[in-house]
Amino acid sequence: MSATLEKGIRVLKEVIDAPIASYLNSCVHCGLCAEACLFYLETGDPKYTPIHKLEPLRRVYEQEYTLLGRFAKMVGLAKPVNDGLLEEWKELVYDSCTMCGRCSMVCPVGNDIVYMVRKLREGMAASGHTPEGIRGATKRTVEIGGPMGLKWPAVANVIKKAEAASGLSIPVDQPDVDFLVLLSSMEIVNYPEYLEALAKIFNKAGVTFTLASDAFEATNAGIQIGASDVARVIVSRIVDSAERLRVKKVLSPECGHAYMAIRWEGPNLIGRPYKFEVVHVLELLDDLRKKGVLKIKDKFKDPLILHDPCQIVRRGGVLEAPEPLIQAVAENYIPIVDKQKMNWCCGGGGGASAIHTEEAEALRAKAFRIKKRQIEESGVNTMVTFCANCRIVIEEGIDHYGMNTQLLGLTELLAEHLED
Amino acid sequence: MNEMQFLTWVRGTGMDIALSIFVLGVFWRLFEIYSLGRKLDIAPGRHRDGASGWHTIFRRSVPPPGMVKRSPVTYIGGYVFHIGLALIVFLFVPHIIFINSVLGISWPGLPSQFIDMVTVITMAAMIVVLAHRINNPVKRYLSTFQDWFTWTLTFLPLLTGWLAVKHLLLPYTTMLALHILTVELLLIFLPFTKLFHAFTVFGSRWYLGKINGHKGVPV
Repeated sequence: MSATLEKGIRVLKEVIDAPIASYLNSCVHCGLCAEACLFYLETGDPKYTPIHKLEPLRRVYEQEYTLLGRFAKMVGLAKPVNDGLLEEWKELVYDSCTMCGRCSMVCPVGNDIVYMVRKLREGMAASGHTPEGIRGATKRTVEIGGPMGLKWPAVANVIKKAEAASGLSIPVDQPDVDFLVLLSSMEIVNYPEYLEALAKIFNKAGVTFTLASDAFEATNAGIQIGASDVARVIVSRIVDSAERLRVKKVLSPECGHAYMAIRWEGPNLIGRPYKFEVVHVLELLDDLRKKGVLKIKDKFKDPLILHDPCQIVRRGGVLEAPEPLIQAVAENYIPIVDKQKMNWCCGGGGGASAIHTEEAEALRAKAFRIKKRQIEESGVNTMVTFCANCRIVIEEGIDHYGMNTQLLGLTELLAEHLED
Repeated sequence: MNEMQFLTWVRGTGMDIALSIFVLGVFWRLFEIYSLGRKLDIAPGRHRDGASGWHTIFRRSVPPPGMVKRSPVTYIGGYVFHIGLALIVFLFVPHIIFINSVLGISWPGLPSQFIDMVTVITMAAMIVVLAHRINNPVKRYLSTFQDWFTWTLTFLPLLTGWLAVKHLLLPYTTMLALHILTVELLLIFLPFTKLFHAFTVFGSRWYLGKINGHKGVPV
């Protein structure tokens, strides 16, 4: 299906609902959302003000759903929504918005700005105004199976290595187990130790699990780009596989957008509730910790801080698990000022990290300075997080600025310090 | 038309027109917005949503941590002129008498010297937030004709009301008539400009609280 302006506008008309109408009518142009946006704060450019990023959506709303706006359009007084406008807004809607949702936390009139960005992206995708990088990732997810073009043999290889390293067997396509374990391509390529860590923890906890050869990828580029039809196809792979294998639960990997996709958007995309439960790996680990199954042999000594991934914490609602887990394994955990649901984004969520134009990369590096300051002000050399995408973006930032910071994944950190 | 006829007109026909447009406008706009409805979230909620929407209606009146420091003028100026407006509109005795004549309900008011002071402070706060809108790069960037227009619509009734009470500039009758006229303009434009946030702010906060409460995030 080819993308056209007409389709884009039709889609925007379809996604506009009462919350969006209420939000757009409530905005008083106070500009406070800019103060919550890392792209505005680190560049000082007012075009990055979150509410301004929604201008095409606002115009469609006004011209289609308000009496005065319809009248203005009829007599030719309305500002047009055309390909030129949408192309200009591409940078604002994708490169400079990670859908971190911090703006929604501060808006005094209660506008859920990130909710509207997500909807605007539907229109951007339908009209063909999307960044090449995310488009490629989406195409690879649909055609090959994952955003990085990974196929099952690569996963099978990681499984083999994890089995050899842990001495445990990692089942594949096994029905009637407790958990179907999902991965993200980033983890498979960059952090294969995650799977080994999980195998160890599951073994300790006596929890049964499997991987599925036809549904291993948890991320969903369809959601990031804003194409619900594609997102539905991608999420359906997991749903079909999990329901065929009759698993009780599906385990979302650390990856933030994967969690958003499978836990919150998935049922809405397929139009029905699942026959299984979705659990984020940290929720499971915290549950095991509470039950006393996770026994730590020795604590990590160096002082460290935590980076809360937006999609898991602020937008996903996994608020309570991270801190007790880090406190269980680290002797010197230092809580930072803007943490948990007020944390600052790494700068590369929402598909932004897949955009590799020079401008987008330079902007990401600038936006990272807010994270850099958080690290420097805390005076530590170690940061822990629990999202593969955050890890990649933060590591790029650390390299870019030549920082002396070691970055660790929470699940692996826990696994390393478990009692044998 | 002499000044007495002018006053009579704004109190009678003028007020009838303004109130009719205001009331019909508010109902129409609320219908236009909220009849769009929304799809309910099928994903099972983290906890029961409960009253998360109502909580957010109240919680959002308090600035999030660190925000007052980032934008003190917006917050302090905003609080002062909103609270000031509410005190003046609803607790100045002549206003209560007017409301009583329209709706038949009444309540005790505040001493007029106090309202006088509140009016001066409110006008000062409004001038400060206007200056901020002109000088702050983000606000200036976001501002359209409506922002300047609605500021004027809100400021004029304050100014004319204060001048009328103080018997300044113009004869009392003329100033009072002008005051009522500016209030009528405010009423007429309120439903069709950003001033309508006075109504939608509750719906917006409620949706925000509900949508995020479903995921287990108090906002």
